Amino acid sequence: MTDIIIIGAGPAGLTAAIYARRAAKSVLVLEAKSYGGQIINTPDIENYPVAAHISGFDFATKVYEQAKALGAVFKFEKAVGLRDNGDTKTVITAKNEYEAKAVIIATGSENRKLGVEGEDKLVGRGISYCATCDGAFFRKKDVAVVGGGNTAIEDALYLADVADKVYLVHRRDAFRGEEAGVAKLRERDNVEFVLNSVVTKLNADRRLQSVEVTDRQGNVRVLEVSGLFVAVGRVPENQNFASLIELDSAGYAVAAEDCLTGTAGVFVAGDNRRKEVHQLVTATADGAVAATEAVKYLNA
Amino acid sequence: MSVIPVNENNFEREIINADLPVLADFYADWCGPCRMLRPTLEAIAADRSDVKVAAVNIDENPDLADEFDISSIPCVILFKNGAEADRSIGLVPREALEDMLG
Repeated sequence: MTDIIIIGAGPAGLTAAIYARRAAKSVLVLEAKSYGGQIINTPDIENYPVAAHISGFDFATKVYEQAKALGAVFKFEKAVGLRDNGDTKTVITAKNEYEAKAVIIATGSENRKLGVEGEDKLVGRGISYCATCDGAFFRKKDVAVVGGGNTAIEDALYLADVADKVYLVHRRDAFRGEEAGVAKLRERDNVEFVLNSVVTKLNADRRLQSVEVTDRQGNVRVLEVSGLFVAVGRVPENQNFASLIELDSAGYAVAAEDCLTGTAGVFVAGDNRRKEVHQLVTATADGAVAATEAVKYLNA
Repeated sequence: MSVIPVNENNFEREIINADLPVLADFYADWCGPCRMLRPTLEAIAADRSDVKVAAVNIDENPDLADEFDISSIPCVILFKNGAEADRSIGLVPREALEDMLG
């Protein structure tokens, strides 16, 4: 039996693996896709201490290699369930079951979808959830960004430098995101605010051709855009473990800074935990805390 | 086999006129998920003699990316008898690409 199973090989899970191995506990990391988590989408990290510039890919690879060199074992399987047997826990994947004395859930979060018909089919054919990843495909074209938070504002600013015209579609008339960013957007000639409006239809043939938006009065307007960047928040990936951890209304795991859940021996770390600041540095911090708490639990 | 670099000049010969099904990976060097996916494609190329694996750099071949309506990478297109049969977008596990091959 493994001492600690870590679900998710993003920055939180990988850091937890490093701390747990350095405390001489056996570690199995289960990951659905590939190590690194969403940070691999970031071309240039500029706010992590020590590294003034590092790509998300290089960051993830370094932490992965560090965890591996310390003896963490990796299996690329998606955890679909978790069972509490008292002193042990069973993590269920599509094909296997793994037993451990403690489990750290570090599954992170995924992009929230708009929920408009045809969205899934148009991903990669005009619809994107990452402006810095896909913006280059829309050089000199017209695009729309949907959302009202910091991500939407940053995406619109980024795209204003790349695209010909950027519409920012937001369902309210005030932004949740930072006022400084909104002010910068207002200064851009090629940015148009489409407020109190929601996307109601996607028009496409082989790729996105235009987007229909409807305002609060029911007025319909068609934006001729070839790209639609969806920035309407993220969904924490906790659903498969909801029987053992408390979730808030948005789906985040309710746990304090000590990363403890209501189930003894089960810990949460990273973006799927409810907290004020979801950043790379707080994800790695969570990993350290959760692993330390797990080691404390095992040694008690 | 290894992953075959393909550009606008040899696209027709290597992909459209290929005898085998082709997995064509549209990628860029600056794309993290593309770099993550590469070992998977190399493994498929090494393990399977019934499939050809090709890589198209979209920065060097923007017209090919446009021709296939690509707006997100990595985008792996399965070509059978010179036509698109399926595609996979984003970082996916090996099984997802194997499933596509059928």
